[in-house]
Amino acid sequence: MQESYQVDYQTDPSKYQHWRIAIEAPIAYLSADVNENAGLRPGYKLKLNSYDLGVDIELNDALNRIRFEHPEVRTVIITSAKDRVFCSGANIFMLGSSSHAWKVNFCKFTNETRNGIEDSSANSGLKFIAAINGVCAGGGYELALACDEIILIDDRSSAVSLPEVPLLGVLPGTGGLTRLTDKRRVRHDLADIFCTTAEGIRGQKAKDWRLVDDIAKPAVFDARVRDRALELSELSDRPANARPVLLKPVEREETGNEIRYQHVSVEIDRKARTASFTISMPTEATAANLEDFEEAGAHWYPLRLAQELDDAILWMRTNELEMGVWLINTRGDIESVLSMDRILLENQDHWFVRETIGYLRRVFGRLDVSSRSLFAIIDEGSCFAGSFFELALTCDRSYHLSLPGEDSAPNIALSEINFGALSMLTGESRLVRRFYGHSNTLDLLKEKVGRAIDADSAYELGLVTINPDELDWEDEIRIAIEERVSMSPDALTGMESNLRFNGQETMLTRIFGRLTAWQNWIFQRPNATGESGSLKVYGSGEKAKFDWDRV
Amino acid sequence: MTTSINYNEKIPNNVNLSEDRALRRALEHWQPNYLNWWKEMGPDGTGNYDVYLRTAISVDPKGWANYDYVKMPSYRWGIFLSPPEQDRKIHFGDHKGEDAWQTVPGEHRANLRRIIVTQGDTEPASVEQQRHLGHTAPSLYDLRNIFQINVEEGRHLWAMVYLLHKYFGRDGREEGEALLERRSGEEDNPRILQAFNEKTPDWLAFFMFTYFTDRDGKFQLCALAESGFDPLSRTTRFMLTEEAHHMFIGESGVSRILQRTCQVMNQLKTDDPHTLRENGVIDLDTVQRYLNFHYSVTIDLFGADESSNAAIFYSSGLKGRFEESKQDDDHRLREDWYGVLEVRAGKLVEREVPKLNALNEVLRDNFIADSIRGVKRWNRVMEKAGIPFRLELPHKAFNRKIGSLAGVRISPTGKVITEATWNAEIDNWLPSVSDRAFVANLMGRVAEPGQFANWIAPPAFGVNGQPANFQYVRFD
Repeated sequence: MQESYQVDYQTDPSKYQHWRIAIEAPIAYLSADVNENAGLRPGYKLKLNSYDLGVDIELNDALNRIRFEHPEVRTVIITSAKDRVFCSGANIFMLGSSSHAWKVNFCKFTNETRNGIEDSSANSGLKFIAAINGVCAGGGYELALACDEIILIDDRSSAVSLPEVPLLGVLPGTGGLTRLTDKRRVRHDLADIFCTTAEGIRGQKAKDWRLVDDIAKPAVFDARVRDRALELSELSDRPANARPVLLKPVEREETGNEIRYQHVSVEIDRKARTASFTISMPTEATAANLEDFEEAGAHWYPLRLAQELDDAILWMRTNELEMGVWLINTRGDIESVLSMDRILLENQDHWFVRETIGYLRRVFGRLDVSSRSLFAIIDEGSCFAGSFFELALTCDRSYHLSLPGEDSAPNIALSEINFGALSMLTGESRLVRRFYGHSNTLDLLKEKVGRAIDADSAYELGLVTINPDELDWEDEIRIAIEERVSMSPDALTGMESNLRFNGQETMLTRIFGRLTAWQNWIFQRPNATGESGSLKVYGSGEKAKFDWDRV
Repeated sequence: MTTSINYNEKIPNNVNLSEDRALRRALEHWQPNYLNWWKEMGPDGTGNYDVYLRTAISVDPKGWANYDYVKMPSYRWGIFLSPPEQDRKIHFGDHKGEDAWQTVPGEHRANLRRIIVTQGDTEPASVEQQRHLGHTAPSLYDLRNIFQINVEEGRHLWAMVYLLHKYFGRDGREEGEALLERRSGEEDNPRILQAFNEKTPDWLAFFMFTYFTDRDGKFQLCALAESGFDPLSRTTRFMLTEEAHHMFIGESGVSRILQRTCQVMNQLKTDDPHTLRENGVIDLDTVQRYLNFHYSVTIDLFGADESSNAAIFYSSGLKGRFEESKQDDDHRLREDWYGVLEVRAGKLVEREVPKLNALNEVLRDNFIADSIRGVKRWNRVMEKAGIPFRLELPHKAFNRKIGSLAGVRISPTGKVITEATWNAEIDNWLPSVSDRAFVANLMGRVAEPGQFANWIAPPAFGVNGQPANFQYVRFD
């Protein structure tokens, strides 16, 4: 099965099989040209610009390249290089032959990429247009929905569609239904017709129903898209002549039970079914380049940190399914982290710093939606301050070693960055989430910014879960972990997501919540994945056999 | 809305049109748009011609063969279904053995609509492709024949629109309008299938088109005639009688060209293309290149060699195989396999795939077998004339743009070749710019009864027992 196959999320444009980037500043054309014979795994062909995880890994990489390597780009046009086909969505034969875990991980990653598009639009001045120049179905339309605007070619045959329900007996898996209503505000009865009409809606009707923003005849389509892209780029403050930051590949060493990067490492304990992440703040010598971020470019520590942590999370999520508890450790000096945060915030209007903060925000966001139990271990030598303390805030629990009066006692600290710049998908900071927006508590915490807080005070303030002393420390943590890994992984995933997303709902939390609740349920039911389920028999000419009970 | 129209007079039909209010409403709206389309996109400048045409006025053998002079805009486009078969059953797919559907099953609405719209779209498309050919007809006989084909393609459009109007409600009416709005070859507004956006620039292309591409139509219609949706089955069965005539025009047209070329070859005792061209006939190599082009473009129309749609259409009972009932198998095909071609390690190899998914390929192979028979008949012209040249169908994999053979280069004999070889040889294999220019230069209208252009022989028989020098078209 595919579990023996390791997925690498690292790539670069010279290796792309499926996407082409063309820069015509201030526009970037990102064109899908999926190589049907280059599926990530054997057993299916990526016909009609359909995609699998491999295609989406490239899309994710391409978006990051545009963010960092092309500061002159203000509008991204997502389109297709194929004739009369935009994108026909996730490859059904890939889904039909995949394990449940694979499908969920795939959906999660594709969702994160689409959310990242919206994050960049909201926070860093990159605007997105979907230029639909052919058939656009399912995940193809969902990709378009993640863009700011959708322009559909009006050639009397190209339609947008969400055929999941009528053709496949499942639901759109990357937020299609939710964006239809919440973002595009399509009337619910029209949406009902749209989502049950396999062939989709085209032309003027698609515009009238708000499924697309504009339509254009083939002869004027390219020009219309371009004109609109130029208009949107007027809204952006991305610089025309900045020095690009050419992303360096992360250097990852895997040695059986250890994955090692420059600043991040992961140790796997297969027997205990845990993975220990250690995130290190470099010593002063490296930290010196923090000030001179333009000079440092791709070597700039916060960017490297985001890249490495991102890769580690994705690697572990995809390739190490059984490691159910992730222990989050940090190593370094609190003051260094706080000064890094200061530089980040002081320069947050600089395009490069803004992109780096955005990258960190999205990486922390990946942790929030990772289906693993997360425990922060705040021990001697750790540096849970500011952006590093944000890691502890993502965790389900945090353990803070109490060593009163000792020099080596680990402290934590808050920085301004904990109050909004790294907000969750809910739009709230994790502190607001933690204290349900209670203003007295938050005011009190603001006063503590920049000050070291020891275990007992942190416990009093509610910033950590528990503060065992050195006598209890080891056993306390051992028992907690052993207990945790013995529980049902499914129940834990459900419970953790419930509790983590306790605050206000946004479109994005609804997308993830509904994906988890409805989509995963439907994906598991025999009507979809049983021997005669619709997903299993799709394309074979056989008809799905349904259990007609409405549940 | 006028109620005094005598529908049976204006629109010959056997579908009880005068009693069917919903259908009348739909057609009353559509018909004026159809006539506008005909005036705009039908045969160019022919509104006043009196053409000796056949009009179908009923489905019995006598009824569909009424000949008279007609002005084409006043042609009585009718709606005919083959007579119903008592207790007809669906005879393939998952519904095998159930009663044939007399109305559209909701479950299959989208696929049926798509099938009908795709078929329907080809009918007006070919009329559009051929609309200028009347200006260069090699004789009145040929001019009349192309017009006959044009009005019948128009009637086939009616047949498909009838199904859309009668069975698909508002959606069907919208699709009926859209069939009149698309235009062959128009970038902004193309016809659905690519072969129907290509030009039919000259009469050699026209004859090849009617021989090969209308034969695709025949096989598609045959497969639809098997449909479990009874109205579709009945209407396509009636269309097939007309389609056969179109293919006859294509086959005999090419034969007559060959006959004339052979005659000149024997007179001049030469097979030199240059000399033959100078003497105003089409050299046999050029005929072969046209054949290669039209054949390869046409076999693409059958669709991808592996297709989930084909499987679904069959299993759902919407579209059968050619002569489904004569196939000696279980008519469900769950366990069967079929070979499709692909290129592996630089060689064309056959790969077995589930037959349900290969039904496009099955139909394509039926078409190929049928096409070979006509080519044999063409070769008899050369045989009779004592000329050693023989026409051949190129390999199935040659010049393909759809399915697993798209994007690989295959020679007419089926060898995998490089892009460089392809580019070096292409003018020997497909009509070159100069071939097309030469043929275009030969074209010019011959309008005297009994006269024929120099590059084509007269037909063996006239139309409806009339002589070759009959006044088939009057230009008043």
